[in-house]
Amino acid sequence: MNITLNIWRQIDSQDKGKFVEYKLDNVSSEMTFLEMLDSLNDKLIREGKDPIAYDSDCREGICGMCGLYINGRPNGPQKGVTTCQLSMSVFKDGEKIIVEPWRSKAFPVIKDLIVDRTAFDKLIQAGGFISVNTGAAPEANAIPIKKEKAERAFDAGICIGCGTCVATCKNASAMLFVSAKVSQFALLPQGQVEAKERVQKMIKAMDELGFGNCTNTGACEAECPKEISLSNIAHLNREFYKAKVK
Amino acid sequence: MSRYLGSSITKKLVMALAGLFLILFLPIHLGINFMLLKSDPEPFNKAAYFMANFWVIKIFEVVLLATFVIHIIWGIILQIQNWLARPIRYKVPNYSQTSFFSKFMIWTGLIIFIFLIIHFMNFYFIKLGLVKGDPENFYSVAHQLFKIPAYLAIYLISFTILGFHLSHSFWSAFQTLGWDHPKYTPLIKILGLIYAIFIPLGFFIIPIIIYLK
Repeated sequence: MNITLNIWRQIDSQDKGKFVEYKLDNVSSEMTFLEMLDSLNDKLIREGKDPIAYDSDCREGICGMCGLYINGRPNGPQKGVTTCQLSMSVFKDGEKIIVEPWRSKAFPVIKDLIVDRTAFDKLIQAGGFISVNTGAAPEANAIPIKKEKAERAFDAGICIGCGTCVATCKNASAMLFVSAKVSQFALLPQGQVEAKERVQKMIKAMDELGFGNCTNTGACEAECPKEISLSNIAHLNREFYKAKVK
Repeated sequence: MSRYLGSSITKKLVMALAGLFLILFLPIHLGINFMLLKSDPEPFNKAAYFMANFWVIKIFEVVLLATFVIHIIWGIILQIQNWLARPIRYKVPNYSQTSFFSKFMIWTGLIIFIFLIIHFMNFYFIKLGLVKGDPENFYSVAHQLFKIPAYLAIYLISFTILGFHLSHSFWSAFQTLGWDHPKYTPLIKILGLIYAIFIPLGFFIIPIIIYLK
């Protein structure tokens, strides 16, 4: 199929940037979206032009590096996928595809479609960890955990930190990301030691980093490639009040 | 200024609590309004007089006004922060499946605020002596206003918008309070929807009946 792409080009963080139109012929519907961009870059390099910069690493929906805003939706029109998992089969012949970088004050554009997601690292540094003694891994069944809790912790723990929630939120809020981390640890005994400090420090960092406030709109849950539930946000709120009261 | 108001979650908690208080107040107001349907003006005027003069209600009135002010100011602060969080907007608007009216809370809120000012000019400011009128006979004031087609239209539009505002409010307040349950949250959502439909509907019926009489 033949497609027309409208892609955001920006030389560096200082550049104003603009949309540039590219026509790409003979795109296979069996390609992934990133493979399609690879073939466009191949064409641009052969023409002696600057290829389009975009992030990617594992290309199997696990690392959280890729992430593009495609035709008004992060990671495109497919549900529950990262950008690298997006198939070209969802697009029609002759379709116009507009590709934008994540837009958020906390995620400034570095070049073209690459944004700086250091803000998420800072959030993790603020409290998204547990302190454990180094040494051999302890016996897995030494600490009994209720199956239901373990499952809920796992469902929150599969967050890959891609930033889709921030990108799609009308307020560019990072609440779903923070809630997934806080919830995951709050549900497990290993997370209890720092539970009180964790939630307070992470929320403080979230506010300082320039993310917006959650308005319970639910776009994050709808677009999250790992389908992290909005109920984690309620859990985060609960943990926050608990930490403040105690 | 915002930092003195606490974290984002604290501000949202204030919004939710103020909102829930206003949600509790609406049915009380509606209950009194239903007395407007009686041909005898006495019960409504008595209720209005009671609401204006009983000391417990006077305290309630101050709390209610403060709640409105807090809900509005906190809402504006949160909204401004949210706008600032995305200085460069997307070219293509977001198509995500979301709670539709949650996207326009600031605008539905603004329309409700404008209606509130009109409402205050017609009733509350009369009571305070800021605007001329008979504070002893709000029954006839209301009846006269509802006979004006333009006023009736503004009234009905305002309550439709209020319904939109409320449709996101109810569950959202519970979510902010951290109240989430696999079994009861869907129930809360349904209750919220019922509330958002029937409360404005109640406010709808009264002026329409009066207008058609």
